Amino acid sequence: MLLADARALCPELAAVAADPAGDLATLEKLALWAQRWGPWSAMDPPDGVLVDVTGAAHLFGGEERLLGDVARGFAARGLTVRAALAPTAGAAWALAHFAAPGTILAPGDDPLRLLGDLPVAALRLDDDVLTVLRRLGIKRLGELAGVSGAGEDPAREAAARDALHRRFRNRRSPAANPLLRLDQLLGKVPEPLLPVLARPQPMVQRRLMEPLRHRSLLDRVVEDLAEDMVRTLEARGEGARRLELALWRVDGEVLVRRIELAAATREAGHMLRLFAARLEDVEAGFGIETVQLRASWSEPLSLSQSDLDAAAEQHGTALAACIDRLSVRLGSAAVTRPVARASHLPERAQGWQAPLDPVPPAQGRLAFHARPLKLLERPEPIAVLYASPDGYPQRFRWRGCVREVVRVEGPERIAPEWWRERSTVRLRDYYRIEDEAGRRYWIYRSGLAGDGRGGVPEWFLQGLFA
Amino acid sequence: MPSRFSGTSPARLLSRPRAPTRWRPGLSAQPLHSEIFASAAEASGAGLALALARDALKSTAGHEGEDTRQVLWVQDRAAIRLGGRPCVAGLPSELAHRLIHVAAKSPEDALFAMEEGLRCRDLACVIGEIAGNPKALSFTASRRLSLAAERHGIALWLVRLDAVPELSSARMRWRVRAAPSPPPRWNADAPGTATWHAELFRARAHAPGEWMLSDDNGTLRPAPAAITAAAPDPVRLARPTVGRSLAARARA
Repeated sequence: MLLADARALCPELAAVAADPAGDLATLEKLALWAQRWGPWSAMDPPDGVLVDVTGAAHLFGGEERLLGDVARGFAARGLTVRAALAPTAGAAWALAHFAAPGTILAPGDDPLRLLGDLPVAALRLDDDVLTVLRRLGIKRLGELAGVSGAGEDPAREAAARDALHRRFRNRRSPAANPLLRLDQLLGKVPEPLLPVLARPQPMVQRRLMEPLRHRSLLDRVVEDLAEDMVRTLEARGEGARRLELALWRVDGEVLVRRIELAAATREAGHMLRLFAARLEDVEAGFGIETVQLRASWSEPLSLSQSDLDAAAEQHGTALAACIDRLSVRLGSAAVTRPVARASHLPERAQGWQAPLDPVPPAQGRLAFHARPLKLLERPEPIAVLYASPDGYPQRFRWRGCVREVVRVEGPERIAPEWWRERSTVRLRDYYRIEDEAGRRYWIYRSGLAGDGRGGVPEWFLQGLFA
Repeated sequence: MPSRFSGTSPARLLSRPRAPTRWRPGLSAQPLHSEIFASAAEASGAGLALALARDALKSTAGHEGEDTRQVLWVQDRAAIRLGGRPCVAGLPSELAHRLIHVAAKSPEDALFAMEEGLRCRDLACVIGEIAGNPKALSFTASRRLSLAAERHGIALWLVRLDAVPELSSARMRWRVRAAPSPPPRWNADAPGTATWHAELFRARAHAPGEWMLSDDNGTLRPAPAAITAAAPDPVRLARPTVGRSLAARARA
C-alpha cells in the first residue's frame, strides 16, 4: 500500500522515514553498552544483540537476576526488550524471539524440552527455506528434532537426517540449511560470531572558564590541544590521518573544522599550521567555551629515531607535509597524480588520484602510439579544408588562426567503447600534424562520411605535442 | 722602480670583464629559477621546460641508482584552459610515474603551491605554468621564488604562456617557439622529434643567444643545422645493428 493510500484511509497516520544506517549505528552502540553484562557482544541485525555471559551471571546474583537487570536497564532507557539465556547463541535467539520473555535454558536441561514447541522460524532460516519446510509439513522444531540424534531409534534418525541432507544441499550458508542450524542450536557445530569492539578515538578537549572571543587566545588553546593530542597518539603508537576541531559557542552553535593528512603524522607544529589556515573564518559570536580535537582516523605510526643530522631536519619539509599544506589551501581535489587507466580513448585513458596513494598496475603502453604532451580539457572544434572527406585536412582554423598543414601522420583509428557508450557515438581518426611553423598538434575527425551516425564528420583538436 | 709595475696589476685583473660562457645543454651549474615565455597555442614551453629539467637533473645526478623523487607540476586555471593538462601517456617515461599535478584556481594559489614545492626537500624540481601577466606575479613574487629555490636547492622552471617579459628575478629567461622538426627516417611526411627555437634573452652567467634545440629521446641537444634525411625515428621502431651483420661476416 502506498503512503498516500494509507493516509486516505487513516488521516491521523504518523509517518516516520526509515533510517537503516542510523538503526545499525544505534544497534552497534547498544551492543557496546550491553557489554556491561558480559565481556563480549555481537550485533544481530536488524534488531538483536548477543552477549556472552559465560561465568558472569554470579556477579549479578544469578541468571534470573541478570535477566531482570537487563529488563530494568532497557526499560530505564525506554526500550522494549525480550531477553533469554541459553548455552548456545542459536538457542538464546530462538527463545528470545519465540518463547516467553525471560526464559532461561540451563546447561543441564534437555534443550528440546523448551525448544521443541517453537516454530521452525526459530532456526533463523531464509524465507524460501521456511516455505519449503512448510510445504513438507514441518512446522515445529520438535518435528525436525527427530533427526537431532537424541531419539531412541538411531536407524530412523539417520534416515531422516539423510533425507534432510539431500533435500537442502547448500552447505555454505547456515541460513539455507535447517540441519546446520539445528546442530548450531544444539551446540554440535560451532557458530562463529563477529564481536563488536570499542575502539575509542583519540580525543582531547578544553573547557574554558571565560569564553574566547579573540583569535590569538584560540590559537593558544589549539596549540595546547595539539600537544595533548600528540601525547595521546604517542601513547597509542598512532598517527592522525584526519583531525576534527570542534568549537562550541556560548549560544550552542558548534563549528567543526576538519583536515585530512596525506600521511599519518604526530607533529603538533604541522597540525597547527594546517588548522591556522582553516580558522580564518571562525565567527566567535559571544565567545567559544569548549574546544575539542578528535582524531577520527588514525593509523599505526611507530616511534622513530630523530634524525641525527639536524641540518637535514631543518632544511625543507617532507613530501607528505608539503602535500598537506597544498591540499588544505587549494582543496584536496587540486593536488593529484595522473595515472593510466585501461581505455583507448585518450580522455578516459588517464585518471587522477590522491598523490600518495599506491599507483594501480597498468598495462604497458605501445611504443608506436605517439601521445601528445598535453591534452586539452575538452577537444576544441576546428574548421578544416580538406581534399577528400576521408583524408587529412590541408588547412585548419583554430582559435582564430589559419594554419597550413605541412606534415601528417595517420590516421590512428580509435573506435568508441561500445560497452559503455550509445550506439550513435562515432569513431575517431587521429592525425599527428605539423604546421608550417613547426607547431605539432593532435587532431581527429569524429566519424566517417556516410557511417549513418550523423551528418558531415566534424574535426577536433585534442592535444598539443611538445 | 718601473719593474714593479710591469706586471698586470690586481686592479686591472678585477676590472676586466669575465668572458661570458656560452650556454650549452649539459652544463652542470644550472641556475635554479628560469622563466620560459611561450605561446599558449603550442606545448613548446612545457616541452622545453621538461627537457631543460631533465637535462639539469641528468647533469647533477650522482651514480646512486634511479632518481625516485617526485616532480611537482603547478598550473593555474587559465593555463589549464589555454594549454590543457599534462597527459601521462605523452610524458617522458622516467617522469610519467612520479608527477604530482596541482591545479590552482588563481595565480596567487599557483605561486603559493610553487613556493611550497620549492621548500619541500623530497622533490626533484618544480614546473609551473602561469598564463598572462597576472598582478600577483610581480617582481617581489618572483624574487620570493628565486630566494626559496636557492635556499633549498630545488629548481623551478616557470612557463609563462602568452606573457610579456616584465621585471623578474629569474636567473635565466628564455623565449621559445616551435620549429620545423627533422623528418623521421622511416616516414619523411610525419612530424619528427620535438624541435624548438629557443632564445636566451636574459641570463646572469651566460651571454644571450639563440639555439635550435631538439629533444632527442630524452637528451636535449642542438638540432642539426642542415636538416638531413637520415634523422632518427621519433618512436624508435628501429634499433641500430650492433657489430656487423651475419651476411657481411659470411662474405668476409
